[in-house]
Amino acid sequence: MQQGEHITRRELLGWIGKTAGAAAMYRAMTSLSLAAESTFDASYQLSQAPKGSSILILGAGVAGMTAAYELRKAGYKVRILEYNNRAGGRCWTIRGGDTFTELGGATQHCQFEDGGYLNPGPWRIPYHHRAILHYCHKFGVKLEGFVQVNYNAYVHSTQAFGGKPQRYRAIQSDYQGHVGELLSKCIQQGALDQELTSEDAQRLLESLRDWGALDKNQQYKRSLESSLRRGFAVHPGGGLMPEREPSEPLDFSALLESQLWRSIAQGQMDDHQTQIFQPVGGMDGVAKGFERQVKDLITYQAKVTRIQQSDQGVTVTYDDLSSGQSQTAQADYCICTLPLSILSQIPLDAGGPMQAAIRAVPSNAAVKFGLQFKRRFWEQDEAIYGGISYTDLPIRNIAYPNYDFGSSGKGVLLGGYIWGAPNGFEFTSMTPAQRVAKAVEMGAKIHPQYLQEFDNGIAVGWHRVPWSHGCCGVWTQESRAAHYNNLCQIDGRIVLAGEHASYLNAWQEGAILSALDASKRLHQHILASKEAA
Amino acid sequence: MKRISILTIISLGLLSLSMLASARQANTIAEHEPPELSVSFQFEEKTGQALFEGICQGCHMPAGEGAKGAAAYPPLANNPKLAGAAYPVYLVLKGQGGMPAFSRNLNDEQVAEVVNYVRSHFGNQYADKVQATDVAKLR
Ligand SMILES: Cc1cc2nc3c(=O)[nH]c(=O)nc-3n(C[C@H](O)[C@H](O)[C@H](O)COP(=O)(O)OP(=O)(O)OC[C@H]3O[C@@H](n4cnc5c(N)ncnc54)[C@H](O)[C@@H]3O)c2cc1C
Ligand code: HEC
Repeated sequence: MQQGEHITRRELLGWIGKTAGAAAMYRAMTSLSLAAESTFDASYQLSQAPKGSSILILGAGVAGMTAAYELRKAGYKVRILEYNNRAGGRCWTIRGGDTFTELGGATQHCQFEDGGYLNPGPWRIPYHHRAILHYCHKFGVKLEGFVQVNYNAYVHSTQAFGGKPQRYRAIQSDYQGHVGELLSKCIQQGALDQELTSEDAQRLLESLRDWGALDKNQQYKRSLESSLRRGFAVHPGGGLMPEREPSEPLDFSALLESQLWRSIAQGQMDDHQTQIFQPVGGMDGVAKGFERQVKDLITYQAKVTRIQQSDQGVTVTYDDLSSGQSQTAQADYCICTLPLSILSQIPLDAGGPMQAAIRAVPSNAAVKFGLQFKRRFWEQDEAIYGGISYTDLPIRNIAYPNYDFGSSGKGVLLGGYIWGAPNGFEFTSMTPAQRVAKAVEMGAKIHPQYLQEFDNGIAVGWHRVPWSHGCCGVWTQESRAAHYNNLCQIDGRIVLAGEHASYLNAWQEGAILSALDASKRLHQHILASKEAA
Repeated sequence: MKRISILTIISLGLLSLSMLASARQANTIAEHEPPELSVSFQFEEKTGQALFEGICQGCHMPAGEGAKGAAAYPPLANNPKLAGAAYPVYLVLKGQGGMPAFSRNLNDEQVAEVVNYVRSHFGNQYADKVQATDVAKLR
């Protein structure tokens, strides 16, 4: 095993060096999946709150609403201050008729029809995000499958196969098949005799036939076996239709050089494995589920401008955006879930360590496009129902709607989802119309139908979102070590929660778990202080 | 198998034609020339203006005027805090609060270029220029 592995690695590194942009692509893909499993305790329940104790919550995203729901249940007097006139924060969906004004003033009027929508932020919920799924089930949020892997979607590189998109199915089959054949040769030539007993070698050969769709001679080539994986050149029909014909695998060297194998591991990531979910009708189904529980606690259009605390309690100053008046709200304690990109600019009475932590975590760039087409050509012409195509173009991917399959009306797809530097910043720097134009221009290299069928589009660059100033908190190993504990500690009467105060950054699960943890610690702290008093 | 390869050639042809068409359409949709898109992991813009338009204007806005929402992006226009070049150089390299660090994505020349650009535009008229070697010292 040892020897084969060395050869492969060295060769792979060589190939990686050959293709420009490989590092960028690799980074982009791994950054899409910052993973960890949830540590949710389904029996979470706070004990009785001291009579009359009050808690002010800042921000009605999923973190703020989780805290509000659990703390009220325990008997606290709870109030939430929220900047927007809706709840949910980043858990947000844009539909036809909606208007969005970004920082800088550009306003987009969404003209989607026939039930199409864009989830500018969160769009998928892995099965192991137990906390958010728990609340979805509890609050009656209907879920449907999110198609992560579609074998008939494309993987595309401008540098490979003349820029012609390849089917995911073919790339995965050919990669496994060729690797299986190569490994078989090593075994048969005795190269692995040191590592394997002869029994294991035989078993491995058998498994490679199975895994790689090899023929009885351990070869991966145009055959019934390989076509059952990669698809037939002529598919079987009925009556006097032509007989099925096997297809020709791609050349191994060309496949390796294409880098397209990078895309096939995406669906194998822990966060992306089947089953993944999306709320029916848009991600804000989650927001609405929570909002139904806590709506009476929320003061909307309240822009927090100052957070003070003393021995007596917490005073929060906010602008009432409907009247323009400055107001204050008081409570015994405060849970603040404002994104750090925002909190870092709000005067806050807190100790040095927490202040330093708040100013140490910038927010990442992310951009998404929603494009409406006059018809669902990806389904009608190309038999792609849901899922994601990948490309080395700056748009990175195209994701097809996972709902209303076969609908004859217009269709909205995700025309790209970009994270981080450099393209995330570059797209954010464009006007919305320029972003959409670029997404159409690039997507047309994968689907030529774009040009005929494009109807209208909308684009959200997260650094321009007025109530978020970015996508998600960016921690590094160093900042995590220096600041994370300080960020999460209770400071006097204030504790922070939200996506940034978790190890699951850029996931709603992280926001919810952080809120559950902060609420529990604050509750214990309050009980302990009452006892001491 | 023959069939597949013929199909491949045909659709390749279609693809390249449509690429040209798409470039034309994109030009008519956009109001101004959009910023260039880098193809590697680094920002590939070289001039101060291109760097400003590809990075800084996303937050500080096209005329450096800044923007206000739940928080604010401070204006770079007419900003007396740019008098000392070290301050903007430091911020671009290390970041601060909601301003991300760009030291990993920009080389010394690029940082010098963009800082010089900002310090000599948008109502800022600081004549002294930052050199790449100055930037290197602040890394
Ligand atoms: C592009 C993108 C893709 C993502 N993909 C996924 C995904 O697929 N799955 C997933 O689970 N998660 C995903 N996430 C992450 C998810 O959106 C967040 O982790 C989660 O929504 C954060 O919730 P929160 O309550 O911590 O913060 P927020 O939702 O940001 O809530 C904070 C609230 O504070 C309010 N606020 C801000 N400033 C003020 C102020 N001054 N005064 C009063 N109120 C204020 C805001 O309006 C907002 O409602 C994605 C995020 C983005 C941006
Ligand atoms: C993601 C948004 C974002 C981008 C992109 C960005 N900045 Fe900033 N910038 C900020 C924020 C937020 C602050 C305020 C930071 C703070 O709270 O101290 C800031 C502050 C600054 C300041 C200090 C201004 C003052 O009055 O103190 C300078 C100078 C600056 N940025 C320059 C730049 C330059 C040059 C670029 C491009 C290379 C750039 N910024 C890109 C968000 C951004």
